[in-house]
Amino acid sequence: MALMNYAQAACKALAEAMRADASVVALGEDLGHGGVFGQYRGLQQEFGKARVIDTPISEATIVGAAVGMALTGLHPVVEMRVVDFALCAIDEIVNQAAKNRYMFGGQGRVPLVARLPIGVWSGSAAQHSQSLEAWFAHIPGLVVVAPATPADNHGLLAAAIACGDPVIYMEHKELWGFQGEVPAQAECVLGKARIARSGTDVTLVSWSRMLHTALAAAEQAAQQGVSIEVIDLRTIWPWDRQLVLESAARTGRLLVAHEAVQAAGFGAEIVATVAQELGIPVRRAGAPRIPVGYARTLEDAARVSAETLLLELSALVNGDGRGRSMA
Amino acid sequence: MPGANSSPAARLLYLYRTMARIRAFENAAEEASRGSVAAFGATANTTALVRGPLHLSTGQEAVAAGVCANLLRSDCLTSTHRGHGHTLAKGADASAMMCELFGRADGTNKGKGGSMHIADFAVGMLGANGVVAAGIPIAVGAAHSAKIRGSSAIVACFFGDGAINRGPFLEGLNWARIFDLPILFVCEDNRYSATTATDAMTAGAGAAARARGIGLPAETVDGNDVIAVDDAARELVARIRAGNGPQFMHALTYRIKGHVSVDAAAYRDQGEVEQAIESDPLKLAGSRLAALGVPAERIAEVDAEAQAEIQAALAAAHAARVPDPDEAYADVQDTGAGQWR
Repeated sequence: MALMNYAQAACKALAEAMRADASVVALGEDLGHGGVFGQYRGLQQEFGKARVIDTPISEATIVGAAVGMALTGLHPVVEMRVVDFALCAIDEIVNQAAKNRYMFGGQGRVPLVARLPIGVWSGSAAQHSQSLEAWFAHIPGLVVVAPATPADNHGLLAAAIACGDPVIYMEHKELWGFQGEVPAQAECVLGKARIARSGTDVTLVSWSRMLHTALAAAEQAAQQGVSIEVIDLRTIWPWDRQLVLESAARTGRLLVAHEAVQAAGFGAEIVATVAQELGIPVRRAGAPRIPVGYARTLEDAARVSAETLLLELSALVNGDGRGRSMA
Repeated sequence: MPGANSSPAARLLYLYRTMARIRAFENAAEEASRGSVAAFGATANTTALVRGPLHLSTGQEAVAAGVCANLLRSDCLTSTHRGHGHTLAKGADASAMMCELFGRADGTNKGKGGSMHIADFAVGMLGANGVVAAGIPIAVGAAHSAKIRGSSAIVACFFGDGAINRGPFLEGLNWARIFDLPILFVCEDNRYSATTATDAMTAGAGAAARARGIGLPAETVDGNDVIAVDDAARELVARIRAGNGPQFMHALTYRIKGHVSVDAAAYRDQGEVEQAIESDPLKLAGSRLAALGVPAERIAEVDAEAQAEIQAALAAAHAARVPDPDEAYADVQDTGAGQWR
């Protein structure tokens, strides 16, 4: 175990993969300067400009070229800076990377990892603050990952690079400095969630930074005598139905919370599945369907707070779970 | 393949054979697709063997034949929605291709792609593409990969005149230049962006000028003259193999058919079409062969062989198995395979 931050953990995973396998390369803007958030610091110095590639601001070609690289024997890790910029490469992600293996009848594989950081980046307003994981979860062919901790940013990035499918890897824009213990050996499996806090009264599923809000809400609920089981989903697709269903069946109540807009968010998918399979009370909490505004008051209006989660939990514990969303 | 040092007649006969095979393939595919899609005033015929949009390269055969004659099997190629010719010329099997158009399990893509996504990775053909210009970044990546891996392979990237108005054209050419990649860009200019004349939609002096503006050497050739295409491609490919970075070919040709097989292309001037049929690349190559002393019987023999090959491909496609519905679930992804909902 070693204490490091979320950016350093990702850097460690990529460096380890590049040392172990000469076919792993990284490409994106400003990588030679360590990346926007320091998540590539030192890599170009160690592996050279041919493998840690500084590119033009050409998102479509960054992803499209990575598809061509992946088809011809490389394992590219693609940097998009923020998920919002990846929308310039949506054809390359959705029509090319995700479809290639299927539409060409399995002739090729596209083992690329595209890093698309999500979340509100304080003070950055509407075009740098989105959480679009549900968009990509909707696309057959893609794996979607959202690590919440330094340990997972190490383990899940290693698993993503090794997995062989195109992976949309969604770090959080405000977790880069978050500190935590990271095991020496990466030990994550894609598609496996984790019980972050055990409990008996309600299952609360979350991911990315919202996990930490969920844990804070669970701590406050405990002081009121309510026991919350918090699950860190980690992989959005394929999501760990088994663990979520097992936990929800045990607690008899489910809340899913995410930073993304609630309407058509991935929480809807999870609560619908659990309601359909278990018939228990379910609720979801996500952002209102508004863009993220610049002023702090406006930005805060687009956030989901621990207080909101406590209201949602209360609707499940003290009522029958029916009623409008509290956000 | 008769190399550059073989007799001009042998080389031209080789090129003619490729063109004749493509023409026969396109004609057979067109026949099998009659009424395959409801568009351009046509009513869908649900019994058509070739389903959906079929983009024919009839009249553009010289570009595919002339460029691919200068590629090795280990070289890669990306194509467009109009990709049958490039695929055949790169060495794919006509029967496997026709099976794909028929949606059969034995097709190049196991029936999952059809005409618009035809591909044969085994011969370096990395895929036709349903999105205009989308092959450009992929080709650039394949060339970048060759450079990183120290491979001697080069990449040929085909796209149409419509593609030069999309962003990936600018991005891809710029990328190829700054990283000095082993790639030949081929703008196969058939003068139409779907059903609209490209000239009216394109500012400035066109494809070659844009390429030069990004620092790529660019040659404009008569894309209906297979000897001109072959000669230009030989020179450009030699420059790439010698390490001179990306090169650009602007090949001027004409789309004899409509945008898709059911498009009668009535929006075109009849004189323009008649003139194009006069400069049909097969007709032109046929008279060149005659001038080089190749007997008419020899040319007819090549035509007959091409017809026979495509008839056999049709027979194979008719006989081949359709995919089982369960095969719809194969080759999606390994992570989470089985979790469909």
